[in-house]
Amino acid sequence: MKTEYEIIVDLIEEKTRVLDVGCDDGTLMASLKKNKNVDARGMEISKDKVQTCVSKGLTVIEGNAEFDLKQFPNNSFDYVILGQTLQAFVNPEIVIKELLRVGKKAIITIPNFGHWKVRLNLLIKGTMPITESLPNDWYNTPNIHMCTIKDFVKFSKIINFKIFKSLALTNKNTSNINNSNLFYKNLFAELGIFLIEK
Amino acid sequence: MNIKEYIKTLIIKKSLKLDCGKTINNFPIAYETYGSLNENKDNAILVFHALTGDQFVTGINPVTKKEGWWSYAVGPNKSIDTNKYFVICANVIGGCMGSYGPSHKDPNTNKTYGTDFPVITINDMVNAQVNLLDHFEIKKLFSVIGGSMGGMQVLQFISNYPDKASTVVPIACTSSHSAQNIAFNELGRQAIASDHNWSDGKYLSNNTLPDKGLSVARMAAHITYLSKKGLQEKFGRKLQERDALKFGFDADFQIESYLRYQGSVFVDRFDANSYLYITRAMDYFDLVKQFDGNLSNAFKKTKAKFFVISFTSDWLYPTQENKDIVIALNAIGADVGFVEIKSDKGHDSFLLDVPDFLKTLKNFLDKSYSER
Repeated sequence: MKTEYEIIVDLIEEKTRVLDVGCDDGTLMASLKKNKNVDARGMEISKDKVQTCVSKGLTVIEGNAEFDLKQFPNNSFDYVILGQTLQAFVNPEIVIKELLRVGKKAIITIPNFGHWKVRLNLLIKGTMPITESLPNDWYNTPNIHMCTIKDFVKFSKIINFKIFKSLALTNKNTSNINNSNLFYKNLFAELGIFLIEK
Repeated sequence: MNIKEYIKTLIIKKSLKLDCGKTINNFPIAYETYGSLNENKDNAILVFHALTGDQFVTGINPVTKKEGWWSYAVGPNKSIDTNKYFVICANVIGGCMGSYGPSHKDPNTNKTYGTDFPVITINDMVNAQVNLLDHFEIKKLFSVIGGSMGGMQVLQFISNYPDKASTVVPIACTSSHSAQNIAFNELGRQAIASDHNWSDGKYLSNNTLPDKGLSVARMAAHITYLSKKGLQEKFGRKLQERDALKFGFDADFQIESYLRYQGSVFVDRFDANSYLYITRAMDYFDLVKQFDGNLSNAFKKTKAKFFVISFTSDWLYPTQENKDIVIALNAIGADVGFVEIKSDKGHDSFLLDVPDFLKTLKNFLDKSYSER
């Protein structure tokens, strides 16, 4: 039984340079520093959360991934992490390309819109799904580009990046996603975690 | 009463070659300290003051009898906690609180320097102040901190002395004075120069003071330190001790009266020629040009941890100019944090009671100190 953050920590090698984009209150960064001895940097759009990170001794800059990743040189990090925010960007393609320019590898997690509860919600109620991981109404959600695990896999072929590892998280149980189980994982996984490369 | 009895000075015997080409030696640096230096001598913070500041950072300034300019941020248990850190602040050269400046006498002629004082730069200021480290036998400062012109000195300091500070906190500043910054400074200088009493800078020999000019300079500058919203909320169109407009040129509005007051109290504590020299130093500041157009090169040699802070309503040194410093640091993989603090108090935010700022600064310093 593992949480999303624990899975990400496992994916990252020791003593590497990591940028956490949308680092929130720095929980993942702190865990990476503690467990993997990484040189961790964060970018966060919320002033309050930047201040929280500073109080934890984390190096974080206030910024928006869509505009502010530009300042980092090519391959300046071993890993760039984007946790559950890809769907909130105006242009997810540019963001993924930027992540893979700045980082040698990227770890992207997506809330799976293909999960059966989401599908059932729309099918039965006929309104935009509201679930534990997607708590907002259609008119006030920051998530403007929701996708399913299957969509993300398809997207990797369209914009041409390699998926090195793909994991499904269901009720804190982790499993690998592959071509043969994609249909089921897309139906039962709450979260998809992808380690990608150019 | 002689103000000299309150002022600690260090005479710098080593000669210092100024950017203008002149060399100075045996010159005084006036300084003040707060808190105590620990045994390892690793808890020292050098604070750099802004244009009209001085070495009296906190507590009651013994010369003006008013609160020190950074009393909100510096003191026991405050952001820069003097129970924990040894805080040093020096009056910049060119200043008027005891450091070598235009109101001093030229030992060769025994006349006040006035405008014969050499033009100094931000670089000269930090090269003069670094001597304080030798005086206190400090190998490496825990931090260099400053806002506005103090922030410029912070950037210049770490560029000149990359191994002499562990943390670096430039606040509400820029790496290169903009045309707008220069324009406002020129307005102030011209206000002083057009005061008949200024007498080409020789007013101290003539026993006349260009108070009018200096107070207009201060009034104009003061507007640039505040935000439009802040001014509107504090003063709006409120009238000064009257019920109706007087149809004259007296101070009808509270904002007029406020600015006149700010101008009048300023002349009691500041020297007009120092104002010329220090604003000139700010205008000449261009760290980008010093490093051939690449600001990153200014910081290449340092391993220090940076934390850059800007304020939403600061239009004098706006967030973007502070962010340019962050970008230059990220381009070389430096350890840099950045936050823009929400405040409607304008450029002056760093000097005022802005809790988010004070808390963030304290957290950064205390956490960095405990992890050093």
